[in-house]
Amino acid sequence: MIIDWNHFTPWTSLAGGVLIGIAAAMLVLLNGRVAGISGILGGMLAPKRTDIAWRVAFVAGLLAAPWAYLLFAPAVAPRIDAGFGTLIAAGLLVGLGTRYGSGCTSGHGVCGLSRLSPRSLVATGAFMAAGFATVYLVRHVFG
Amino acid sequence: MMHAATSFAAGLVFGAGLIVSGMSDPGKVIGFLDLAGNWDPSLAFVMGGAILVGVFAFRLARKRAQSFLGGAMRLPTSDDIDRRLVLGSAVFGIGWGLAGYCPGPALVSLGSGQDKGAWFVLAMLAGMLIYEAADRLVHAPRQAVHGE
Repeated sequence: MIIDWNHFTPWTSLAGGVLIGIAAAMLVLLNGRVAGISGILGGMLAPKRTDIAWRVAFVAGLLAAPWAYLLFAPAVAPRIDAGFGTLIAAGLLVGLGTRYGSGCTSGHGVCGLSRLSPRSLVATGAFMAAGFATVYLVRHVFG
Repeated sequence: MMHAATSFAAGLVFGAGLIVSGMSDPGKVIGFLDLAGNWDPSLAFVMGGAILVGVFAFRLARKRAQSFLGGAMRLPTSDDIDRRLVLGSAVFGIGWGLAGYCPGPALVSLGSGQDKGAWFVLAMLAGMLIYEAADRLVHAPRQAVHGE
C-alpha cells in the first residue's frame, strides 16, 4: 500500500468531520431528526409529504454552503474525472441504492455509527467494500 | 418556523464540513477508495471527527423523548439486517466508487454551480423516484423508513 502524502490532509479532514458531527448534533438535538441526506431527499419525493419544511430548509443549507464558505476562504476546484455517462449511471445507482438500503454515508456512516447501530455498521461495511471494489476494477483492471 | 431555521443552519454547517473535509471533491473521495493505488486515507479522519461529536449527541438524544425545540425525537427504530440493507448499500457503493459523489457532496456541488454535480443530482433524484415507483408496485402501502 502506497500512501498519497501529497493529498493527505488529516487535520482539515478531521476539522471538517467535526463540523459534520456538530451539524448532525444540531439536527437531532434541536429538530429531533437524523441528518441522513438520502433519507431527507427521499422524504421529499415520497407520496406522503408530511413535514416537508425542515427537509427543504436542510437541503437549502447544503446548497448555500459553498457560498458561505467563500466568505472565509477561496474556492477550491474539485477534481471530477467522471464523464457524463458515468455521472448519470452513478447517480442512478446512488439514488436507487441509498433508498433501498435506507441510508448513505451520512445516515448510516455518520449518524448510524454514532448511535452504535449494528445495522448501520453492516450498511457502512457494504458500501465501503463496494466502493473499494468498484475503484479497483475501474482503475486497475479495466483502467 | 424555528424548526426550519435550525434545520437550515444545520444544513449549512454540514455542507461547510463537507467542503472543509475534502468530501465534496470527488477526486479526493476516489483517492480514498483507491486502496491499490496512491491511497489518501484522509476521509477516514472525516468519519472519525464526525462520530467523535456524534456519539455524544446521539447518546443525549436517546435519553430524551422530545427535542430541545419541543418536537418529537425521531430516531430510527429498525434493527433489521436483511437483504435490502446489504444489497441497497452495495449498489450505493458502486455508484459512489464510479463518480466519487455521495448524496451530500453532490448537493454541495450543485449549489456551487458545477454542471457535473447538477447532472449527478438529477440522475440521483431519478433513481430515488424509480425506487419509489418500484416500491409501490411491489408492496402494498407500507410504513416508509425515513430518517437514516
